[in-house]
Amino acid sequence: MITTDTMLSRIAESLFWVGRYVERADDTARILDAYLHRLLEDPWSDEDAACRSLHAILGVAVPGEQHCDMDSVLARLAFDAASPGSIEGALRAARQNALTARDVVSTEMWETLNSTWHQLAEHQRAARRTGPDAYLGLVRRRAALFFGLADSTMSRDDGWRFVVLGRSLERVDMIARLLAVRVLAAVHAPDWPTLLSASGAEEAFVRARGAGSDPGEVAAFLLLDRGFPRSVLHALSAAEECLVELGGGTSAWQRPEPARLAVGRMRTRLEYLDSAELEQLPALLSELQLACGEATRAVAERYFPYDGPIEWSHQSVTREGA
Amino acid sequence: MADIFDSYTTADAWDEMFERPGVVRPAYEAVFAALSPLDSLELRYRTDQMARAFTDRGVTYSYGGEERPFPLDLVPRLLDAVEWDRLSRGVRQRVLALEAFLADAYGRQRVFADGVVPYRLLYSSPHFHRAAHGIEPPNGVRVHVSGIDLVRDEEGRFRVLEDNVRVPSGVSYVIENRRVMTRTFPALFAEQPVRPVDEYPQRLLAALKACAPEGVTDPVVVVLTPGVANAAYFEHALLARLMGVQLVEGRDLVCSGNKVRMRTTRGETPVHVIYRRLDDDFLDPLHFRPDSLIGVPGIMSAAHAGNVTLANAVGNGIADDKLLYTYVPDLIRYYLAEEPLLPNVETIRPEEPGRLEEVLDQLDRLVLKPVDGAGGKGIVIGPRAERDALDRLAEEVKADPRGWIAQRPVALSTSPTLSRRGDGQDGLAPRHIDLRPFAVHDGSDVWLVPGGLTRVALGEGNLIVNSSQGGGSKDTWVLAPDAPPSRTTGERSTAVSEVSPRQFGPGGTSTPGGPAQEEAQQQ
Repeated sequence: MITTDTMLSRIAESLFWVGRYVERADDTARILDAYLHRLLEDPWSDEDAACRSLHAILGVAVPGEQHCDMDSVLARLAFDAASPGSIEGALRAARQNALTARDVVSTEMWETLNSTWHQLAEHQRAARRTGPDAYLGLVRRRAALFFGLADSTMSRDDGWRFVVLGRSLERVDMIARLLAVRVLAAVHAPDWPTLLSASGAEEAFVRARGAGSDPGEVAAFLLLDRGFPRSVLHALSAAEECLVELGGGTSAWQRPEPARLAVGRMRTRLEYLDSAELEQLPALLSELQLACGEATRAVAERYFPYDGPIEWSHQSVTREGA
Repeated sequence: MADIFDSYTTADAWDEMFERPGVVRPAYEAVFAALSPLDSLELRYRTDQMARAFTDRGVTYSYGGEERPFPLDLVPRLLDAVEWDRLSRGVRQRVLALEAFLADAYGRQRVFADGVVPYRLLYSSPHFHRAAHGIEPPNGVRVHVSGIDLVRDEEGRFRVLEDNVRVPSGVSYVIENRRVMTRTFPALFAEQPVRPVDEYPQRLLAALKACAPEGVTDPVVVVLTPGVANAAYFEHALLARLMGVQLVEGRDLVCSGNKVRMRTTRGETPVHVIYRRLDDDFLDPLHFRPDSLIGVPGIMSAAHAGNVTLANAVGNGIADDKLLYTYVPDLIRYYLAEEPLLPNVETIRPEEPGRLEEVLDQLDRLVLKPVDGAGGKGIVIGPRAERDALDRLAEEVKADPRGWIAQRPVALSTSPTLSRRGDGQDGLAPRHIDLRPFAVHDGSDVWLVPGGLTRVALGEGNLIVNSSQGGGSKDTWVLAPDAPPSRTTGERSTAVSEVSPRQFGPGGTSTPGGPAQEEAQQQ
């Protein structure tokens, strides 16, 4: 009945953000898991410094002079439902967007998000008592379940493409953040193994490069590996594919639209990167984040234009959510 | 008797399950047998399970900012085939009469000229919309979906309590209740055939397509919702999903050149039929409330031009006004030349000469309803009301007799419902229920979803069942004749014919040699 090539702009926007927020919750849980457990295993680590670098990674303002420890990290980066940069905030926003797109999101996907949301309070209480492992594990498993259900219950139409596009762009952004802290805040920086484990890449890395290989190769792996689904290059390619299909395919005479330009340029830049450029990591990472922002803006401009001014009444409506 | 039915006493009302204490009505024997062995802990456990399922699925309502599952009682409400047949014919008759009345009221107005219904009833109704004049529904249907509220009185007779032909809601609970009941209590269904309710979405879609503007061969149907914040949003999304159509908000639609289009990722695309789940007043800020932010400016002009069909039609409110209700039996006789199959509750109109005094004299023995109230709002049950409340009521009725009707208080029938008893234990106790069957009119047939929504007043003695007043619901079963009507046995036997053998990989074989060989290799 609904033709697969049309979709309400409002719904498309919600799906895009469902993909982004679930990925954000997943990645945040992975990062917290890797950091906090690293902290416990390393008797010489500086807790305050490590926790500050975590805030920096996740783009949440670092509390000034206040001492920063594991509990405060969990409070701000995991349990703060009001901040979409925290796990609960991201899941709340994901659920809200899924609710808006309730007629398009499959029931199993919706139930996964909804029941997870309802279970968080209980898991949060348990996490305060016995540590965050089970809480973070729940979030990772439910995110995997959600995308697994998306994979097996959504038709490969534009709805699916918006979900995958959102997930892919968020993934690029999160890896860039992770690497940026390693490079920029070298003093408090996480070590390479922590980085790998925060990206779920330890085993894939060891298998690809061999155990005991040069830790400097971690950055190259997370950026450039073609086979690993959490690498920047892989995620960019996935995003580009979605944008090509959303735009109705490639044609010889038509210039790609702005979102695809931003993503495609970045993808080719990485594909043909020479090793000298890898030395200039900071510049490359900020380029990556700019490209993500640019692509998101261009997608919104092209596909989510529903938000016209409503001015026949006294008040005008402002857009909620997203 | 099992302990959950221990001390089950029937109130001063018709009990759905028991003829008298200890004697089960024939239709309920299987359910009684299935429930009897259970103890109250088990019942509570299953009830909590159902609540959990509703929470996870989002079948909730908001209570003080908190999401709560809509309470579902696990004892079903049963209607046998004969009773359902009688009842559904009565509902059908009523819908057709109301349909005829609406066509007349927005057309030649014969019913008023013939003196069956007074003209002033029309002109004093806030739902009589000039904007609805001149909109000729393509297949003659204005009441695409209706919910006729029924109660069973002390003698066991079904009576109509009110008609809902504007935006009746609740059908999603019919669908969800059945779904969760079959999952948490499969044993209940094992003993007898229950007619399924899942045909509703396809019937609704067929009816919506049937009312498409003339010349549109493949109409685009949408469901229009006020938005996520609306109490019935769950239902809007469910229906859109089950019908496979878009769920739109006002801001997704644009009107230009008297056509309605929706904003999609591929530009603006046409819309032909709008199943709108918002009230007339909010539909079009250009015609109705200018402050409506959830409506679509210009949608009424598009409807006038015949380019889009609104379902249900605008202006239907004149037909489910509680004052018009009192005339419906006359309408049935007038339009259909039939006797009403379902009686009204005995009702007095205070606006008629001499009747106001009659009402005022016995306020404490009557139920007073504002003619324009929805969701049980403003109803005063005389025998239960305090003296000063009655005094205030008397003033209000005197000031605006047109605004009220007075009814004999009907003791709604009761059904065993899981409740906390006086001794703190859970047990089954009689609670009052009503019934809202849902009818879908596609222009050639009025179809009813088997059963409908049974609402239950969870408080002891409480007579108002609306969910906004603390009500819950029950799964409603229409018992089917023993054999399914349409499926032939021949089809079934051919369906399972050629079965190709399953394939097995390493470790999947159950031949004796397999595991032994593996062991041998490991040694």
